[in-house]
Amino acid sequence: MKRIIPASKIEPQDRNRIGGKGYALALLLNAGFQIPQTLCLTSDLYSEYVLRTGLRERILMELHRKDFQDMRWEEIWDCATRIRNLFLRVPLPADINAELRAAIKSQFGDSPTVVRSSAPDEDAASSSFAGLHESYLNIKGSDAILEHVRKVWSSLWSDAALLYRKELGLDVEKSAMAVVIQEIISGDCSGVAFSINPADDSQAVVESVYGLNQGLVDGVVEPDRWILDRSGQNIVSHVAAERKYWLVPDKNGVRREALPAAKSNQPPLEPSDVLEVFKLTLRAENFFKQPQDIEWTFNQEKLFVLQARPITAASSPTVGDKRSWYLSLHRSFENLESLHRKIEEELIPGMISEADKLAQVDLGVMSDIDLAAEINRRWEINHRWATIYWDEFIPFAHGVRLFGQVYNDLLHPDDPYEFIDLLTHTEMASLERNRMLDELADLLRRDPLLAGQLGSGQYDALPASFTQQIDAFIQKYGDLTCTVTGGTQCDEEAKPLFNILLEMAANPNSGTQHGKSMRAAELQEKFFNEFDAEHSKEAAQMLALARSSYQLRDDDNIHLGRIESHFLTAVQEARRRVKRHKRDSQGAGALAEILADLDPPPTAVKAEKKHPPQKPLLRSRQMTGQPAGPGIARGRARVVRQHADLADFKYGEVLICDAVDPNMTFVVPLAAAVIERRGGMLIHGAIIAREYGLPCVTGIPDATESIHDGDEVTVDGYLGIVTVGSGGLGAANQLEKEL
Amino acid sequence: MQKPENFKTRLRELLDSQSLGVVATQSEGQPYASLVAFVASLDLKRIYFVTPKATRKFGYLIKDHRVAILINNSSNQAEDFHRAISVTGVGSAAEISGAEREQVLKPYLEKHPHLEDFAKSPSCAMVQIKLRSYFMVRNFQNVTELHFDK
Repeated sequence: MKRIIPASKIEPQDRNRIGGKGYALALLLNAGFQIPQTLCLTSDLYSEYVLRTGLRERILMELHRKDFQDMRWEEIWDCATRIRNLFLRVPLPADINAELRAAIKSQFGDSPTVVRSSAPDEDAASSSFAGLHESYLNIKGSDAILEHVRKVWSSLWSDAALLYRKELGLDVEKSAMAVVIQEIISGDCSGVAFSINPADDSQAVVESVYGLNQGLVDGVVEPDRWILDRSGQNIVSHVAAERKYWLVPDKNGVRREALPAAKSNQPPLEPSDVLEVFKLTLRAENFFKQPQDIEWTFNQEKLFVLQARPITAASSPTVGDKRSWYLSLHRSFENLESLHRKIEEELIPGMISEADKLAQVDLGVMSDIDLAAEINRRWEINHRWATIYWDEFIPFAHGVRLFGQVYNDLLHPDDPYEFIDLLTHTEMASLERNRMLDELADLLRRDPLLAGQLGSGQYDALPASFTQQIDAFIQKYGDLTCTVTGGTQCDEEAKPLFNILLEMAANPNSGTQHGKSMRAAELQEKFFNEFDAEHSKEAAQMLALARSSYQLRDDDNIHLGRIESHFLTAVQEARRRVKRHKRDSQGAGALAEILADLDPPPTAVKAEKKHPPQKPLLRSRQMTGQPAGPGIARGRARVVRQHADLADFKYGEVLICDAVDPNMTFVVPLAAAVIERRGGMLIHGAIIAREYGLPCVTGIPDATESIHDGDEVTVDGYLGIVTVGSGGLGAANQLEKEL
Repeated sequence: MQKPENFKTRLRELLDSQSLGVVATQSEGQPYASLVAFVASLDLKRIYFVTPKATRKFGYLIKDHRVAILINNSSNQAEDFHRAISVTGVGSAAEISGAEREQVLKPYLEKHPHLEDFAKSPSCAMVQIKLRSYFMVRNFQNVTELHFDK
């Protein structure tokens, strides 16, 4: 049975092997429609590739690392990234390679092509995979085409495609992908057209942009839009776009460019062209006996159909369909670039200046009424910045992911997370804070008398020079008792700052970042070497964006923490006054009222009494999560359920928590390894662990429940395995020697 | 009794066709059994498998090198009792490293390509079992032994 079939040779029985897209093109060609030269690679070819190379089992092992429903989106993205890298690195078997090369050569020679997905379950009546699988434009030569075929295959396993299949209840293990390779028609203008307007079935819709159609499909070029009356076959309305860009072929791929001025004042289609496109969609509808959604292009006044698919319920957004949401998890470079500018030039300076302004307000001189108003004002300021954090800063985290994909596509590294080693050495606020801590600890190391005074609680005897430095630290970062940076006196009992300093002083090796990758400069050079002079500026922009996104994962929490701490300070001041005025309810009335309104009321954190763990009959011995920081380490577990638990942290312990946030990372220099319940390779805890070269495993669903303080834990950050208990005396000794 | 050449052919076929075996280790008199993905050397005198170093089996086997491995081709059907072949190998296990490990890695990954990341992880050991004897069970209760010279 043939695995590579030109569109002209496709038979009805091939339908399930070439997917809806390829089959529709073959039918259109036979019916006399003008389509680009097209070659279909059947899903059998995909299946043979993944089976013979062992990829099939590797993909399924990756997907079954843990139960799918236990995976957060970040983990699914990580999983998709590792799978994509497998496709990039595993070559085609020699015979398939030779057969494909010969077919490509004879069909396209050296002409540029488009490599498109055509999965057999795409565009079924109840679902639309539009946008979930990838297409690549302007791909030239057998080597590049074959590489992009593997990329299209890998998009079967993208995060969005996995989530959508899961939602539709499709069996991911049976998924396969056919591919369509087409000659590229670099049209003067292109677009999409619906023979029936999904919003009004008496109408049709034509949308058009200058240049390549992908700009419209990907949403990076805004189209002109015409509504037509189906029965009268006339234009009802035209909504002109703000014509700023077009997508044009680049050396290897496509690029968005500013539209020449002459074109920006002129719609891409004349009314007669609009009618021609409309009639084409009607012809397609009559031919398929079903309303059609077509992609088309005009080239030298010839109208080509690029693809056609039925308009289904899923063509328009329906309630409960999350495809568009899955797609929105990814941001384009252009979108992230504008977010980057806004965050760096406007939002971060805005947060810093807001915190500075709040610091200048003297709460002590305010009347009770003014203080109540000030608490309200600070709550609103904090709320506003928290909203900005979720709306602007969180999506910007995708900058690191986008960079990772570009890096992997160019360099095909062994480790799909090598790009993070390039991004380490990016300055981050919590690292600066930890350095200050280390300097303070160093003072204690060099002065045993001072360490003794601090250890025995003789705070009055501490020399002024030391207390001044402590005060400077607290002023900048708080006393570490609070869940937010900059807060003070949240916990009246614990003294985490002093405990941490004494622990660091007693262990000179703490925070040495001994296992940290030192390859950043080398990897950066490797990355830039992949770009020619013409594209080096884009490469630098991409890296700057990634660095900013990487840094922001840490800094935004610190900046937000400072604002929140000013709110907490005002609340603490109000509490003090209410307590003081107890007998005089007149002065405390307004304050008591506003404190009662705060929901939930911020209270001092008290350490909860830990119950000794029950000896369970069933316990976890070995747990698999995400291998988020390479290395292997063993130590006693320290389970941190709340901020106050950090004060007891000892050098060499394994930090186990729900999620490490930047306001907790001051203990990381003391830790032997990090385990997090929340999963992902790029979450904050993983990034900080990498900065200190610590083994890190994330995504252990019940880490804080099934591991107890003092348990012996081995953290295998290469494979993402956590082992509780010793492996036997021999193994323990051998590991000890190796660590 | 089987002829020696038939025994070796059957053994070779079984070891080539099966991916998994059960390794038995012990510590302080307590036996422990673990499933492993293995590959055998051409002369059948060595069997190799990969294990994370933090596991119980690895801890036990480096304390006491004596191990057994069971490999069979049963398919969880009634006919297994007359059709399946089961082989138990006994010998001595130890971690191999350096060039020796690299040399074994190639045939190991040819047999188990999906275990590449696992087998190459610095946290895993490549273990070699030097076989002293094989015990083959066929036709339900026919047992034949093969002993290698020391």
